[in-house]
Amino acid sequence: MTSSSVVRASAAARAADARDPWRSRLTRADVRFAPYLFIAPFFVLFAIFGAFPLVYTGWVSLHDWHLIGDHTFVGLDNYTALFSDPDFWNALKNTVGIFVIATVPQLLMALGMANLLNRKIRARTFFRMGVLIPNVTSVAAVGIVFGQLFARDVGLVNYVITSLGLDAVDWQANTWSSWIAIATMVDWRWTGYNTLILLGAMQAIPKELFEAASLDGAAPWQQFWRITVPQLRPTLVFTVIISTIGGLQLFTEPVIFGNGRMLGGTLGQFQTVTMYMYETAFQRFQYGYGAAIAWALFGLIVVFSLINLLIVRRAAR
Amino acid sequence: MSQTKRFLAVTVAAVTALGMVGACSKNTDDAKPAADGQVKLVVDTFGDFGYKALVAQYQQEHPNVKVELRSVQKLDDYKPKLTQYLAAGTGAGDVVALEEGILNEFKTQPQNFVNLLDQGAADLQPNFLPWKWELGRVGTDGPLIGLGTDVGGLAVCYRKDLFAKAGLPTDRDAVSKLWPGWDEFIATGKKFSAAKTGAKGFVDSVTTSFSAMLSQAGDTNFYDRDNKLIADSNPVVRQSWETSMKMVSEGVSAKVPTWSKDWEAGFKNGSFAVTMCPSWMLGIIKTNSGPANAGKWDVASVPGGGGNWGGSWLAVPTQSKHPKEAYELAKFLTSPEGQVAAFKEAGPLPSSPKALDDPAFLALTNDYFSNAPVGKIFGAGAKSLKPVVLGPKHQAVKERAFEPALQAVEQGKLTPDKAWQQALKSAVKEAK
Repeated sequence: MTSSSVVRASAAARAADARDPWRSRLTRADVRFAPYLFIAPFFVLFAIFGAFPLVYTGWVSLHDWHLIGDHTFVGLDNYTALFSDPDFWNALKNTVGIFVIATVPQLLMALGMANLLNRKIRARTFFRMGVLIPNVTSVAAVGIVFGQLFARDVGLVNYVITSLGLDAVDWQANTWSSWIAIATMVDWRWTGYNTLILLGAMQAIPKELFEAASLDGAAPWQQFWRITVPQLRPTLVFTVIISTIGGLQLFTEPVIFGNGRMLGGTLGQFQTVTMYMYETAFQRFQYGYGAAIAWALFGLIVVFSLINLLIVRRAAR
Repeated sequence: MSQTKRFLAVTVAAVTALGMVGACSKNTDDAKPAADGQVKLVVDTFGDFGYKALVAQYQQEHPNVKVELRSVQKLDDYKPKLTQYLAAGTGAGDVVALEEGILNEFKTQPQNFVNLLDQGAADLQPNFLPWKWELGRVGTDGPLIGLGTDVGGLAVCYRKDLFAKAGLPTDRDAVSKLWPGWDEFIATGKKFSAAKTGAKGFVDSVTTSFSAMLSQAGDTNFYDRDNKLIADSNPVVRQSWETSMKMVSEGVSAKVPTWSKDWEAGFKNGSFAVTMCPSWMLGIIKTNSGPANAGKWDVASVPGGGGNWGGSWLAVPTQSKHPKEAYELAKFLTSPEGQVAAFKEAGPLPSSPKALDDPAFLALTNDYFSNAPVGKIFGAGAKSLKPVVLGPKHQAVKERAFEPALQAVEQGKLTPDKAWQQALKSAVKEAK
């Protein structure tokens, strides 16, 4: 289609050539360059807002760079320091930990909910739209509400726990409790989103498969595990990748949970990598070291995504 | 088509598009001339500086000036924001507040601020307490980057209703007599805790007391006069730490971290009966406690004698397009009359001896705090305050090394010894 229209255009150009050399040159230029002009906006915007900051951050990370002061070139010193920085490893442990305890239940719940929404139930559209509401709520609002729920003295969760006769939990004090509180916030926001994606994929599964299975006497439960889940595999992997990228950049929820501070608890119980990056660059003013953390995070996301990709490849085989 | 030609084509296309983007973004910013002689000034502060009425007055007296007040609630959020504005060379207010804990860090980069002496500020010197004036300068004869706003004279705010429940006196003079020193303060706290008033503890958290004790030292805290970190060897730090540890072990702390949800709600619910209150804290207590608790709070003197905790300066960033007008506004806001008006509105204690002697100031009472004669209470010791020598990263060392360590002990996560080691280790990191 494209090539034939180009051929036709070139023929027109050649015909025009005989009449008016200037116009013909314009026409030829149009044919040759117009496509690049049409795709240029994306590449220009990407260059300004994507590629440039990325490269510039890399450049900054090779310096000892005070945010409002001097900078000197130090090569890879920031990266070597990063590898022996216990605070960085602590932040990484928290990030991955919260990611795991948030994502696993989240995707299982999303799968279950998608399956329910795929049935013939009353007010189906209402429920389908409803699951997305937490996702369109502002993160800050979610953080503030959950911060109240998980407060030690005045929180609703502790009110319930103590009225059951158990001891109140100091949510921010322990690593496990703070992780659970933050994972709850993440799941509240993202379960519905993943539900809709999985629901979309479920509807693309041919009905014949289920009909044939019913004829062979497969129970609904068996149909779900033998047909639905295997058919969903590529979509599941997609949701895992998206969750990975989001999870490794977790920031707003733990910040608001920790009263807006970057410390992530008294001993960094829930300080994530992005919080550590912000703290380093904008509170300690070590812009170069902060940039190194940013690049390390970028590298980690690439590694995680590659692992996911390998799993997809194997699954496809 | 050869490779190079194709590359050229892409480049041309990209550059053309880039040029268009550039052309669009231009001439929106610079094209703000004083159209009808109007000048717009932005004032950046944190918390409440009490400038609303003053700004209204200033605009009335200077019809060509329009002032916008921008405020961030927490100093912790304010500092990175201001830093980003300075680093980017744009975005900062024409007048910005610098708190004592962060002032020294900004003073290490004085090129970011207008030397107010060039604007004729030298004449203003008698308006300020000598040390307040000196601290606004870089070195002893460098540029002057800030005009003093307030000082942080110390007091204790207490809940009369909870004191009555615990069988303690409620009259402010009698309460002040309960605690000449910190040991008596702790003893009172134990008496209070034994009385079962429904409060979680006597004092909100040990971190506020720790800050008060440090500011009473009157000499040095974490840094010596040569800006060397001495947190591990300065007896003042160690002693304040040990008294704080005693408060935890004697169970007088409600263990509510400052600025947390539990802290904010604690004022309303009566989770604690006492908090340290430098005068700028009065506004915060009033906001958090709400109108329902009006008249329940009162102000008494602080255990262990006077000290200075907090206080700010107003500076003019060099990036301001109207440095002259900005200076005039800062001069007005920090004038003795301006300081009294600000105190009346939000509580920051004047740093001007003239304001402190002003009968109008001395006569001020605060109706929310049981009509406490706040002018007299805070003004009394203000002129004899001895400022603590704060190093370049005092705020960071205090708030990100020592306070989390204190809170970790309150949470039962660390033993006092481990917490002390942790605090020192973090202090070294923060001071780097």
